[in-house]
Amino acid sequence: MGEVIVVTSGKGGVGKTTTTANLGAGLASMGYKVVMVDADIGLRNLDVVLGLENRIVYDIVDVTGGHCRLRQALIKDKRLEGLHLLPAAQTKDKTAVSPEQMRDLCGELKKEFDYVIIDCPAGIEQGFRNAIAGAEKAIVVTTPEVSAVRDADRIIGLLEAAELREPKLIINRIRPKMVRQGDMMSIDDIIDILAVELLGVIPEDEMIVITTNRGEPVVLDQNSRSGQAYRNITRRILGEEVPMMNLEEEGGFFNRIKKIIGLK
Amino acid sequence: MLEFLTRLFSKDGGSKNVAKERLRLVLVHDRTSISPQLLETLKAELIKVISNYMEIDEAALEVSLDSSGNTVALVASIPVKGMKRVAGTA
Repeated sequence: MGEVIVVTSGKGGVGKTTTTANLGAGLASMGYKVVMVDADIGLRNLDVVLGLENRIVYDIVDVTGGHCRLRQALIKDKRLEGLHLLPAAQTKDKTAVSPEQMRDLCGELKKEFDYVIIDCPAGIEQGFRNAIAGAEKAIVVTTPEVSAVRDADRIIGLLEAAELREPKLIINRIRPKMVRQGDMMSIDDIIDILAVELLGVIPEDEMIVITTNRGEPVVLDQNSRSGQAYRNITRRILGEEVPMMNLEEEGGFFNRIKKIIGLK
Repeated sequence: MLEFLTRLFSKDGGSKNVAKERLRLVLVHDRTSISPQLLETLKAELIKVISNYMEIDEAALEVSLDSSGNTVALVASIPVKGMKRVAGTA
């Protein structure tokens, strides 16, 4: 029996979909059977982040509405053997699926997959309620900004009210130089305020933009820092103790040289 | 260079402290679902009650919520100008 994990944040644009794609790809690259569910109905995006937009025939609403079998709607990833996507519908709205249907769907999926990762829509309304309905664990994504942390706090409260206890936090797009200069909240500041367990930190990285442009998860890129950060998080989800990445060693002439000649 | 100068002339040591303070305040209100308006009403009523007994500096009166960890405290700073002689207590 697999595990159902929802990736949520409250605020939009903090990296839920990117995180879902990378955790899914990360787990699949380690040999697990993974399905990612795009629960953002009406604003389908996980397919393009993964570069699978051309393969969609059926979507989640077709499944819950009984227009196709679950197996028919699942898209197999082109790179990773065990990775699958259940795309969101683009023409319907968030009320097209009910929490009960979502619970049933997750129940079906976890019979067959080791990990079911749900990409939650932004907001705290119906779409959010649907996305968390079948989940057993929650990952909250935030960025080091007042608005994002505030929304994360709200989401943590709502998750706990929905019996999804002890959500884990991913802090995305941290800029070590700004933290050092005292112009960005640090990891400790945010953990202090939210009082939740830290799952990982993703440094701001241009490679995210580049890999997303190509439709390839950055976790598969062995040379990028954000890819490394996502690989670390993947291993923590699997229960390994992985020390937090040292964010200070970025940039610098010598580091770049070392990287080029393969010392790093 | 500009960055250096801004730093040199800023007193609070970086904008993150501003962010943290604002966040802390807004979260206290979010978590207790006490709106700033409600706090204003509370403040007005406090003034009314305390004014029966003391002369207070209404302009300098401060009422706020403060949180540390999981506990929330109502913190009021009420400068007293002088006592009032209330009928029945003399």
